[in-house]
Amino acid sequence: MNKTCILYCCLLLSNFVIADIHYIEPGKEIQERLQEAMILSKPGDTIQLEEGLYELTDGLSLAQSGISIKGAGIDKTILDFSQQMTGAQGLLVTSDAVVLKDFSVINAKGDAIKIVGVDGIFIVNIKVEWTNGPATENGAYGLYPVQSKNVYIDGCIAIGASDAGIYVGQSENIIVKNNTAEYNVAGIEIENSYYADVYQNSVSRNTGGILIFDLPDLPQQNGHHIRVFDNQIVSNNTNNFAPIGNIVASVPRGTGILVMAGSDIEIFENSIHENDTINLAIVSYFLETDDENYHPYPRSIYIHDNEFSVSGSNPDSERNELAKILEQLAGGNMPDIFWDGIIPLPQMILGQPEKEKVVLGENSGALFMTIDPIKYLLPFINPINSNYDNFRARRSSLTEITIDVPYERLD
Amino acid sequence: MLGCFFIRFSYSLVVIFAFCFSVKAEISVNDNLILEDSFPEDLSEFGFFLDKRGQIPAQNVLPYELISSLFSDYTKKSRFVYVPESSRAAYEADMTYQFPLGSALVKTFYYIKNQQQKNPEKQLLETRLLLRKSDGWHAASYAWNDEQDEAKLKIAGTTINTSWIDEHGEKRDVRYRVPNKNQCQECHESNKQIIPIGPKARNLNKDILLPGSDKKINQLTYWLDGGIIDYYPEELDLVVDWQDDTKDLNARARSYLAINCGHCHSASGNAASSALYLEFTEKRSIHLGIKKKPVAAGRGSGNKLYSIAPGSPEESILLYRMQSIDPGIMMPESGRTLMHKEGVKLIEEWILNL
Repeated sequence: MNKTCILYCCLLLSNFVIADIHYIEPGKEIQERLQEAMILSKPGDTIQLEEGLYELTDGLSLAQSGISIKGAGIDKTILDFSQQMTGAQGLLVTSDAVVLKDFSVINAKGDAIKIVGVDGIFIVNIKVEWTNGPATENGAYGLYPVQSKNVYIDGCIAIGASDAGIYVGQSENIIVKNNTAEYNVAGIEIENSYYADVYQNSVSRNTGGILIFDLPDLPQQNGHHIRVFDNQIVSNNTNNFAPIGNIVASVPRGTGILVMAGSDIEIFENSIHENDTINLAIVSYFLETDDENYHPYPRSIYIHDNEFSVSGSNPDSERNELAKILEQLAGGNMPDIFWDGIIPLPQMILGQPEKEKVVLGENSGALFMTIDPIKYLLPFINPINSNYDNFRARRSSLTEITIDVPYERLD
Repeated sequence: MLGCFFIRFSYSLVVIFAFCFSVKAEISVNDNLILEDSFPEDLSEFGFFLDKRGQIPAQNVLPYELISSLFSDYTKKSRFVYVPESSRAAYEADMTYQFPLGSALVKTFYYIKNQQQKNPEKQLLETRLLLRKSDGWHAASYAWNDEQDEAKLKIAGTTINTSWIDEHGEKRDVRYRVPNKNQCQECHESNKQIIPIGPKARNLNKDILLPGSDKKINQLTYWLDGGIIDYYPEELDLVVDWQDDTKDLNARARSYLAINCGHCHSASGNAASSALYLEFTEKRSIHLGIKKKPVAAGRGSGNKLYSIAPGSPEESILLYRMQSIDPGIMMPESGRTLMHKEGVKLIEEWILNL
């Protein structure tokens, strides 16, 4: 009777969409059952993961578009990769328009959730964690969309990644909001990406809170149009535990926000407190590169209406080069905002166009420090410039990022 | 009555027909099945093999060899190609051949149970298929049963715990993984399309024994004459057998990296974002990994600064990841669970001499 009823409903709906819900429970042969559901599901289907601990031995992958994978809630549906024997990540997604919602992924041997080359990924209320706390042996990234478009990450939690808790790389059109990132090397990192809004996140107890990086020699570079606003970036004072060789291994303990290269970056209305090396630093890419298409200096940076307090009270000078230089330059009076002042050589001589400058709006009495690179090269002249007013300007805001979020699938 | 007689009559006709065919021992490939949307449960339904256990192919299914091949946990491989009658695969420079609709690439993975014996037993593990359907290539794998007389479709992959005795007499245990459908795709994907990896002209350009004789013939000539391909150029890049130590070290290393890594590590592959490109034709040293800093390697970096530190294999991330069997570190990410000692030795020597 029931079956006939369902069949009838299906027939009725078939003119629109036949979307199935595949219910999966933890237990015997979960690896095969869950993987099979991911392979056999059709666009529009939902894979519903019932409450419980899913003990997985190998990485999972989803390559079918339009699928929703939903759990019973963070810490209720837990995909546990502690016994993982193969696969470079817990879950790999390579298909478009996928929703991931309401489950946890713990102790993946590599990255927790990696998403490669998709258009549309909606990650909502997901927790990724390495449960033994910060450790070099932990996987690199928690949530890791790369080379993707329309990336939406909302209400997630990332803990313990040995690189970045939430890392969006070489992507375009991105919203990262309302997430919590703790005890990672980098809380949130946006790298070589275009058009991103990062807001209302709580980012604390990482080595560095929010990193906006642009690196050379990559398929997508010269990242731009990134807004970081209304975030709580507090006490990111965990010792750096990234494996050497990775770019984040050079981030000092106690960094609030670090911008490295990139252009059109607006940082506003954040609360940035008690980061032991520096609350906000803007630096050029400092390693050598022969990449002629790469621009190593940050351009068009606008910092305004942020709240700062207690910056650099215990800088990471013993372990970290950047912190050491900063402390030497500051001579004990650590700023809230630091810019390394490096611009292309012709601009040092002829001046930098107004629109490319690093400029400051109101920032509730924040201390600012930069270096004049020409004076730095001359003897007996103090290269430090702490005169906030020299950099004061107003600039039009960057436009808001919009993503077509399939809210009907997020119920 | 009449109807009954008719049925009987046709039945006996069928029997006679079946008898004729069995006498001629002719098994031919089921062309329609290759084109169908789904994969059948049993491998034998395709009719690729005359003798399944012996891996003797049916008519028009040609065995082939590659100059350099992918390491897959020390398995041996039998490869076969099928191209429907009156059509041919088209040559395209630097690419795999463009196979026509209805083509099949068939690859059986097996262990020689005791490599010290003269006529050792084989254990067939899986047969992977790439089928050229109307909307492109589709991949799936079939795992062989214990009786070794049938292989069953494994959409979600499976694990085979087994062992073999290697050439030194040492017992080797392996948790062999039959890949799931998505994993097939991960390696075979280029610009979001599934493509074959092995059968590029330059990787087929070798002498093979003519099946059933001791005469040698160039494989591309054999394929051209046998109606498989339409063309091959006389001048081809020199992919070499990486195991052949009479060959140039650089060519051996590049051939090894190309077939083991180049399918993902290319600008159109799944590892494009790493900007480490290991295809045979890559010439830019930074993208080959020379003094290239890692991008998102995580603990795969092994506390080393460069993918390849020329002259210093122990300081090279690429070698470190080849040596590892930790899923969070090892490369390739899938397709092996054991370290490839001989491959590691080759790449070590190559980096030392860079």
